[in-house]
Amino acid sequence: MSERLTAAVRRVFGGGDGLQGLMIQVAAILIAFIVGAAVLAVTGYSPVDAYVSMASGAFGSSYGVGQTLTQATPIVFTSIAFLIGLKAGLFNIGIEGQFLMGAMGATLAGVYLDGLPWVIHVPLTILVGMIAGALWSLIPAVLKSRFDAHEVITTMMLSYVATHFTSYLVNYPFKAPGWVAQSLKISGSAELPRILPPTQLSAAIFVAVIVTVASTYFLQKTIMGYELRATGLNPSAAENAGISIDRNILVSMALSGAVAGLGGACEVMGIHRRFIQGFSPGYGWDGLAVALVGGLNPVGSFFASVLFGALRSGGMIMTRATGVPLDIVKILQALVIMFVAAPKLIRALLRRER
Amino acid sequence: MVELLDLINTGLFAAAIRMATPIAYAALGGMFSERVGVMNIGLEGIMLTSAFGGVAVSYYTGSAWLGVVAAVLVGGLLGLFHAIITVKYAGDQVVSGTGINILAAGFTAYMSQVIWGTRGSSDAVNSIPDLTIPVLKQIPVLGEVFGTHSPLVYLMPIITAASYYVLFKTPLGLRIRAVGEHPTAAETAGVDVVKIKYMCIILSGMLAGIGGAFLSLSHLNVFNKGMTGGRGFIAMAAMIFGKWMPFSVFGASLLFGFADALQMRLQSLGILPPQIILAIPYVLTVAILAGVVGKAKPPSDYKPYEKE
Amino acid sequence: MTSAIQMVDITKTFPGVTANDNIDFSVDKAEIHGLLGENGAGKSVLMSILYGLYKPDSGDILVDGEKVDISGPSDAMRLGIGMVHQHFMLVPSLTVVENVILGREPTVNGVTLDMERMLRDVAESCKRYKLDVDIEAPVYQLPVGVQQRVEILKALYRGADVLILDEPTSVLTPGETEELFNAVRELKADGKTVIFISHKLREVLAICDRITVLKRGKVVGTVLAAETGEGQLAEMMVGRKIVYEFTKEAECGLEPVLRLEGLECLSDRGIPALRGLDLDLCGSEILGVAGVEGNGQTELVEAVMGLRELTGGSVKLDGQDITDTQPKTRIQMGVSHIPEDRHKRAIVPDFSVLENLVLGSQRDRFTRNGVSIDFAEAKRFSTDMINDYQIATPGPETLIRYLSGGNQQRVVVAREFSRDPPVVIAAQPTRGLDVGATEYVRRKLVEMRDHGAGVLLISADLDEIWALSDRVAVIYEGSIVAVKAVDETDVQEIGLLMAGGGNE
Repeated sequence: MSERLTAAVRRVFGGGDGLQGLMIQVAAILIAFIVGAAVLAVTGYSPVDAYVSMASGAFGSSYGVGQTLTQATPIVFTSIAFLIGLKAGLFNIGIEGQFLMGAMGATLAGVYLDGLPWVIHVPLTILVGMIAGALWSLIPAVLKSRFDAHEVITTMMLSYVATHFTSYLVNYPFKAPGWVAQSLKISGSAELPRILPPTQLSAAIFVAVIVTVASTYFLQKTIMGYELRATGLNPSAAENAGISIDRNILVSMALSGAVAGLGGACEVMGIHRRFIQGFSPGYGWDGLAVALVGGLNPVGSFFASVLFGALRSGGMIMTRATGVPLDIVKILQALVIMFVAAPKLIRALLRRER
Repeated sequence: MVELLDLINTGLFAAAIRMATPIAYAALGGMFSERVGVMNIGLEGIMLTSAFGGVAVSYYTGSAWLGVVAAVLVGGLLGLFHAIITVKYAGDQVVSGTGINILAAGFTAYMSQVIWGTRGSSDAVNSIPDLTIPVLKQIPVLGEVFGTHSPLVYLMPIITAASYYVLFKTPLGLRIRAVGEHPTAAETAGVDVVKIKYMCIILSGMLAGIGGAFLSLSHLNVFNKGMTGGRGFIAMAAMIFGKWMPFSVFGASLLFGFADALQMRLQSLGILPPQIILAIPYVLTVAILAGVVGKAKPPSDYKPYEKE
Repeated sequence: MTSAIQMVDITKTFPGVTANDNIDFSVDKAEIHGLLGENGAGKSVLMSILYGLYKPDSGDILVDGEKVDISGPSDAMRLGIGMVHQHFMLVPSLTVVENVILGREPTVNGVTLDMERMLRDVAESCKRYKLDVDIEAPVYQLPVGVQQRVEILKALYRGADVLILDEPTSVLTPGETEELFNAVRELKADGKTVIFISHKLREVLAICDRITVLKRGKVVGTVLAAETGEGQLAEMMVGRKIVYEFTKEAECGLEPVLRLEGLECLSDRGIPALRGLDLDLCGSEILGVAGVEGNGQTELVEAVMGLRELTGGSVKLDGQDITDTQPKTRIQMGVSHIPEDRHKRAIVPDFSVLENLVLGSQRDRFTRNGVSIDFAEAKRFSTDMINDYQIATPGPETLIRYLSGGNQQRVVVAREFSRDPPVVIAAQPTRGLDVGATEYVRRKLVEMRDHGAGVLLISADLDEIWALSDRVAVIYEGSIVAVKAVDETDVQEIGLLMAGGGNE
């Protein structure tokens, strides 16, 4: 088992690090944009116009910046959630499910724990969201440490269980009146305030910044973070140094789920103010990709999230201005992911160009 | 209760078979890939792209069967892509598969807008007509369940049997099983490990491609954005639930197809929440991986093979 | 009569080592020929050349009197040479038959496996060579000894007339060894030629017709098994006459710091690795554990560190029973460990020098609040260690994998010794190091002893054990067969004990 963990980490790191690693990330992004330009050109659009309007849409105005950050916020959480798992050598691809469970937990706390002052209600709602996410991720963690059940499959499957389960909840027991499958609105005391109207940007962005800083500190400075990284990078040596591998599987998965749940909670508390069926367009999967693009560290993930957020918000402006289908954004994201997945491929491409 | 019983009729079983077919194709595809040690999370995306490719070709040529051929080729191409990243460049299987899924969602929606000008769906195209089996159709009950279906439905059990035959009765199958479990042993016995891996991963894409074609050219006659609706992941569940054995995988697909058909009917009645039924395949899969319901052990450890 | 195999004037050098030095080696048809020598004598290299895994620098190979060119295992197989490696190459879930025919499958019509013929052919060879195997069972269900027979079947199925068995008994129990010998005799009776690589005197004497002894890459001589004995072979292996004198076993003067009693455990393969091992380590001594690799050394170290589950016996530190404690506790109680596999057990290659120095002490020495790591302290400590242990690194923040092996080992030694441990377990501490680093690590081990620590030195290098140890223990098949004070024994006696000789 332990060998598999190392292999997983090594595959993702690709043996590169530091500056060389960063170069690979940047090259992957550039190559993705070049291929994307080819797709645009072949289908009769001007890549230059598209990219320019995308960039100006994402960063050219305070409205654009606000929307970019709004789109980036949930991905900051999901990408950091993913990388915390991966640091311990675990491929938690069920972030989406933990995100939804967190959102649902926060919704229920926000709706039904009524009558509290916001100083209590906001943190409480956040906490319930985190716990819900953590509990959901602990299932695969226990299955792995107990039965050696492959976490890629179990987290993925449980993610779909969460999708259907939360959908059931807002269709039946917690359904708000009306034909839309959604919960009641959370009470005002559990809302995160909007900070840049008319954009949807909420105080959740501050929580995202805090999580970025806190998870950096956790991974780099604390004993637990240190042991977690040692477990991921070389489980045999970690074991030799008296570190329990099973314990670290549980810790990292619980933390991973808690951060994902926090993301779900913030999305509900800051943007939708209720749980709407299908509100997540796949933030969990984006998290996986963004964490890799961000070089598997929280700060890198933050900036990669902003890049992905910019693609989304700038993409909408681009579609309006140039008529290019919005889905080019997804194509770009996918290309970035695939090139980041195979650092060896990027190296081979770079070598050929020289 | 009377209402619930009313649901269970020949129409339900016929629908179950239809719903099971795309799942079964993709699940068998997933099985071949995993048999050689590569997880194929991209099944969903491959099905979707093939569904799109099939409709596009049918749209331009007017031939639904050419569309099916195109869908298979598209699937094979994406399989090749997955193989290049995971085998040749030892890239991560999960990430590559995820990339394929996102690419498929983006590419098909983008192209359908380029071709048909709508982001939601394509124009209606020629589809594959259903086939009626003369004698079978006459038999009461059985005739209604099995008598009239798409040719791709009838092809499914044949492909399942063929997969079984190849895996367990031919030298190629023996080599496939050896490559997944112990590539080094296979290599020392003179087996071309890389070639076998490529073959199976491409085949995996082609089978998922038939599944995609069934959805867009047989079940329906249009391409809809995201029309696979998670069937690729259900297929992975069916593959695990069937323990990577062709007939069991087919059986699991039928079971999950039945659940799908049932939940669609329940939706109209509102007796039992359909979400609960939709979640069952996934819960079962997790249970079987944990050893609660039997024990499923993957045929490989998913490690990239690197020659010494 | 022509020889089955003739290797003429074979020379093979690796950087810095002449593994085979003008070796002449010939094997008759239908002969069981033993190839005997200590580790590093050149046996495996010679056989790898014959099997096409290495290319010799010079020399010729003749098969049935004809000069041949063997550039890979497939050439060897074509010429009827098969090899059974120490590590089996079998696919666990496939049946015996499937494993045997893999890669050379018979078919009915070019497509379908000819099951009947497969079963018939394989059953026939089983019968012919009296190899008792359930040929339709999946391999994973079979015990190691039977799996080995499957490997032999594989080689025979591929048309082997000459079978090379590489240390075949190292994974077997005594009962399985006996069965293997019977099978080998059947092969001979059928006209097959067997080359039997071993370092165990008794075994080669029991099974072989002739024995060729290698030493430091050269042939010492070839003798008829019937006309020689353990004494002569041992003398050929180590180069001097052996004087049998078994003196009283040396003991600790005082209460031992580490007492191992009746240790029993299983290897990764599930066969007994330690079989009732007793050993006392005293303070202020270096106790060398000599033995041929694979006799339980790895498991011994893991048992002491709490990394391997014991099936019996106890571990006592300073009189206190620590058998059931976690590795963490043992480290905190002062058991330091230099692991044999540096990259696997000792360091985290993608951690910095500093982070590697902290490893194992992160919860005590390098924290003040129990939550975060005191990096200021860690940095001070690292700088000190880099100076004290002369670690050549650009700085404490450099990833350790960019350091040379010698410097990596200095980091490990610095980390372990800075805890001022009463017990040091040093497993192959100088493996793969250059002369300077080797000298340094050895000096540090002696320093630790002089400070009062008990040092358990496990090494495959007899010279190292000789140079450092106060007492020498010999490990053989999972137990300690002798403990001697260095000044009461000699290299020859220890060498003989290591080969399983003399322990009557």
